[in-house]
Amino acid sequence: MDQMLHVSSNPHVRDKMSTSRIMQLVVIALLPASVFGIWNFGFRALLIILVSVVSSVAFEWLYDHFMHKQNTITDYSAVVTGLLLALNMPASIPLWMPVLGSAFAIIVVKQLFGGLGQNIMNPALAGRCFLMISFAGKMTDFAVSDGFRGVVDSVTGATPLAALKDHGFTDGSVPVWDMFLGNTQGTIGETSALAILIGAVILLIFKVIDLKVPLTYIGSFSVFVILYMLFSGMGFDGNYLFSHLFGGGLMLGAWFMATDYVTTPITVKGQLVYGCCLGVLTAVFRLFGGSAEGVSYAIIFCNLLVPLIERVTRPIAFGKGGKKA
Amino acid sequence: MGLLTFKGGVHPYDGKELSKNYPIEKYLPKGEMVYPLSQHIGAPAVPVVAKGDRVLAGQKIADAGGFVSAPVHSSVSGTVKGMEQRLTATGSMVNSIIIENDQQYEETEFTPARLEELSKEEILKRIQDGGVVGMGGAGFPTHVKLSPKDPDKIEFVLVNGAECEPYLTSDYRRMLEEPEKIVEGLRVMLTLFDNAKGYICIEDNKPDCIEKMKALVADIPRIEVKELMTKYPQGGERTLIYATTGREINSSMLPADVGCVVDNVDTVVAIYKAVLLGRPVMSRIVTVTGDAINQPKNFTVLTGTNMEELIQAAGGLKDHAAKVISGGPMMGFAMYDLHVPCIKTSSAFLCLEKDPVSEAQQTACINCGRCVSVCPGHVLPARLATFAEHGDMAAFEKYDGMECCECGCCSYVCPAKRPLTQSIKSMRKMVLANRKKK
Repeated sequence: MDQMLHVSSNPHVRDKMSTSRIMQLVVIALLPASVFGIWNFGFRALLIILVSVVSSVAFEWLYDHFMHKQNTITDYSAVVTGLLLALNMPASIPLWMPVLGSAFAIIVVKQLFGGLGQNIMNPALAGRCFLMISFAGKMTDFAVSDGFRGVVDSVTGATPLAALKDHGFTDGSVPVWDMFLGNTQGTIGETSALAILIGAVILLIFKVIDLKVPLTYIGSFSVFVILYMLFSGMGFDGNYLFSHLFGGGLMLGAWFMATDYVTTPITVKGQLVYGCCLGVLTAVFRLFGGSAEGVSYAIIFCNLLVPLIERVTRPIAFGKGGKKA
Repeated sequence: MGLLTFKGGVHPYDGKELSKNYPIEKYLPKGEMVYPLSQHIGAPAVPVVAKGDRVLAGQKIADAGGFVSAPVHSSVSGTVKGMEQRLTATGSMVNSIIIENDQQYEETEFTPARLEELSKEEILKRIQDGGVVGMGGAGFPTHVKLSPKDPDKIEFVLVNGAECEPYLTSDYRRMLEEPEKIVEGLRVMLTLFDNAKGYICIEDNKPDCIEKMKALVADIPRIEVKELMTKYPQGGERTLIYATTGREINSSMLPADVGCVVDNVDTVVAIYKAVLLGRPVMSRIVTVTGDAINQPKNFTVLTGTNMEELIQAAGGLKDHAAKVISGGPMMGFAMYDLHVPCIKTSSAFLCLEKDPVSEAQQTACINCGRCVSVCPGHVLPARLATFAEHGDMAAFEKYDGMECCECGCCSYVCPAKRPLTQSIKSMRKMVLANRKKK
């Protein structure tokens, strides 16, 4: 035996799944929603997506470079952040806004807290909320949409959720079916529940996510909305419920942002609790809050609860408290 | 009936097709034989032969060094060449008896016995004298395991034929080729425990074994075959007990605490040989396999055989072998030198062309929770590894770090390629050392 053998501690085999592969899969899963957004809102949406992704990756590279850290752009996490940020913006915003949002998301929220895995909030959502607070007008101005199709209601520029908020009921101007398909106003990536669900199925098939968080989120949200309908004297209104489910950022948030590993509890029970908190908070924000939207704030607020949730949902170790003879 | 299993676990590539269809071949050693005095958990054995002595196959060459210990027997006839420190598969140097094999295989006289004529004490004595230890890998002296405080409280004797480690096929071949010896061994064990039922537990990726074994035990009232879901680490002691009986034990309990005794199939065969034939442990089945070996095979190997010889007998290593592992890929030991003896616990030598561990690049934990979902110990490996890296012993113990069974599932599944099991393992050793100090 002349050759040198590798020596390491067991186990000696590894699963093929790696961090960069997970991130690549998330990007692929976001493509249906992205493509639909571009189709819905036109060339401008593509531009926003490109600017956001490129600037996110650039800020990641710049930070690593100037802080003399190992270059982490190859893990694709900055691509995911940039893409999610873009999908959370209206297509009409000026181009410097995705750049500013990316800078905030990557440098302040992600890198200053220690980089990938250490951020306490979802970077893309934090970037979005930062822009929402700073430039509320621009972030909720949906009146563009020359689109490739021109079906979008570009006169009022109101999203179905905003209409819902203003009227307190659905006036039927936007059928639920259109909301499911995405023929409505909204941010680039949030309008089509169908496109988002196609992406979600991709993530589920490749086991990037499981159903715990999305289902408890959507489930508890639905329960709260139904209770609200019953107790506010409105009576059960299927249209109202589905408008809430398919309108706004709920689908995108539940499948792609609430499931962000870093800002989700690591424990199984914790994930269920987290999903319920999200659902209830989103409903509270939407039904009682000042804004028509609630998903972003609910998620970043619950992100901050994660350490607490983890602490109280630690699993019982095998053989400690289980069945004994 | 649904398949029996546990919560957690992984499904690595199992590689069993490489060697599973090769019947067991007897390999006769050529070179010197090396018998480490520690082939078991507990006190090392004490030599009872001196340099220059002629010994016969089956002759005791070292006596047990205490109750929790086991004697060592020569597997060949020949002359004692001396005693010296030799490298073993786990990487440690162990005092060993070296014997020059005279190729005569002259045996000492063995005294067979009939089960009906033996008392429980005599059975245990014969197991102890036969040097029987847990041959699945741990090497715990079997007579100790079979002498619980209250033998009447033992309700289940579990024969572990799960063989959940990828690549390994030694138990598979054993169950296929000599199932009646396993049943006989189990009957011996059941004689010790009047209130116990015997379960032969096999993963469902071995349907031929299950069928054969079921036919064999059909008329034996106290013995049943249990089908397990194929999943690693199904054959772990704790997971096996849980899957078959629904009972849980933690790190500070023994299987006997929940009325169970667990032994690997090869151990059960050793019990059969020691008790009924009077033959001590002189050989075992070893799988030599992997993509870096030219001709994967299953051998009956005499203990003390140099492993390098076995590799040659399996066609030798391919030119670009990266790693040779004693045992399976999940729990085995990587070796840097192939000149080590096969001992009672060597179940396989696995030769891999690629080493995914050295190719993997470690990145930051993204908190994905995969380690938590696969952990059969229901702990939080990602957190424990972080505590271990920070040297935070208090937090490590508080988060049930000692409940880790070191199965390796978390390291296997980690997309950031963190050495989770390894960190946790080191910390566990430190905690145990610390406890001893007190």
